[in-house]
Amino acid sequence: MIRKMYDWVDERLNVTPMWRDIADHEVPEHVNPAHHFSAFVYCFGGLTFFITVIQILSGMFLTMYYVPDIINAYESVKYLQNEVAFGVIVRGMHHWGASLVIVMMFLHTLRVFFQGAYKRPRELNWVVGMLIFFVMLGLGFTGYLLPWDNKAYFATKVGIQIAEQVPFIGGFIKTLLQGGPIVGAETLARFFAIHVFFLPGALFALLGAHFIMIRRQGISGPL
Amino acid sequence: MSERNNKGVSRRQFLNYCLTGVGGFLAAGMLAPMVKFAIDPALQKAGAAGGKVPVASLSEITEEPKSISFKKKIVDVWTGEQETPLTAWIYKQGDQVIALSPICKHLGCTVNWNGDEKHKEQFFCPCHLGRYEKNGKNVPGTPPMKPLDQYEVEVKDGKILLGEVKANKIAEGA
Repeated sequence: MIRKMYDWVDERLNVTPMWRDIADHEVPEHVNPAHHFSAFVYCFGGLTFFITVIQILSGMFLTMYYVPDIINAYESVKYLQNEVAFGVIVRGMHHWGASLVIVMMFLHTLRVFFQGAYKRPRELNWVVGMLIFFVMLGLGFTGYLLPWDNKAYFATKVGIQIAEQVPFIGGFIKTLLQGGPIVGAETLARFFAIHVFFLPGALFALLGAHFIMIRRQGISGPL
Repeated sequence: MSERNNKGVSRRQFLNYCLTGVGGFLAAGMLAPMVKFAIDPALQKAGAAGGKVPVASLSEITEEPKSISFKKKIVDVWTGEQETPLTAWIYKQGDQVIALSPICKHLGCTVNWNGDEKHKEQFFCPCHLGRYEKNGKNVPGTPPMKPLDQYEVEVKDGKILLGEVKANKIAEGA
């Protein structure tokens, strides 16, 4: 049945070449762990992406209950974690995944660095990778405030004070991040917007560029 | 090789099935908690009935339905108890006190007693011209399909107390 449905669509829209383009490509022997076990280091990029997908999905579901408001934020997190079915698991995925994505990204970066895979002609992809790294750190920083508990509040205070140390424009950056003179209602609303709209948007664009480039240029050769 | 292929499943197909199965299992393991998390409110039983609240004294009420506004505390998840404004059309019928919900059974607008000049002694909904008899019975040929809901009523020390909203019981007899 599925075969027939696929054929029906394919006959009209010729979709086979589209997904073949994405899915069908040769994996060189030197990146296949079945040939050389040490090739498992090539998995870290894919694992980073896999966890990113989990983050996006679990984050989407969390916003069904979460409210970015100083009176209700903590209570809504408490409610979704303790009262809603599987709340502790869905929030747990987002919580632990956030740390894991940084770890995986770091390992991926180490592999690229020590293999010299960033060298010509792949310099641009290294730069895009670094931008992704900073976007991920931004997601971690903004997401940390959202539960609006003591840890979140003081971590953000310290984070903003670090940003304030920038010469000349520090004060401006601080106000821009806080949205006002204190870490308060405006900060929470703005961190939420940055966390769920602005940074994910930037992340999608950068990931797209990252993947298109790796497909254009192929995986770097063996050491 | 051709002998093996005749048996039905080729090696490539077998591997494809295995990969699809494992991939599907992983995806399901990831998505199942999230989907349950999302649909949880739809699986909950209706909340426990709240207590009755005093809304008016018996002496205020006559045979003519009167609109009485009152407030009731309703628990709204993490925001806690919320004072919620409610209204009832209350009148006496012999010794009995009747309190009808003003919410139209068509699409939930608010009905008025004697709201339509052409149809006196009836509840009238201005949204789609739905009408109800005094006992809440929906007038056939107008949009509502059910009679107006009824509040649980208790009279104590000359005070009228209202409880939960229930399906109308007096309209059937009339």
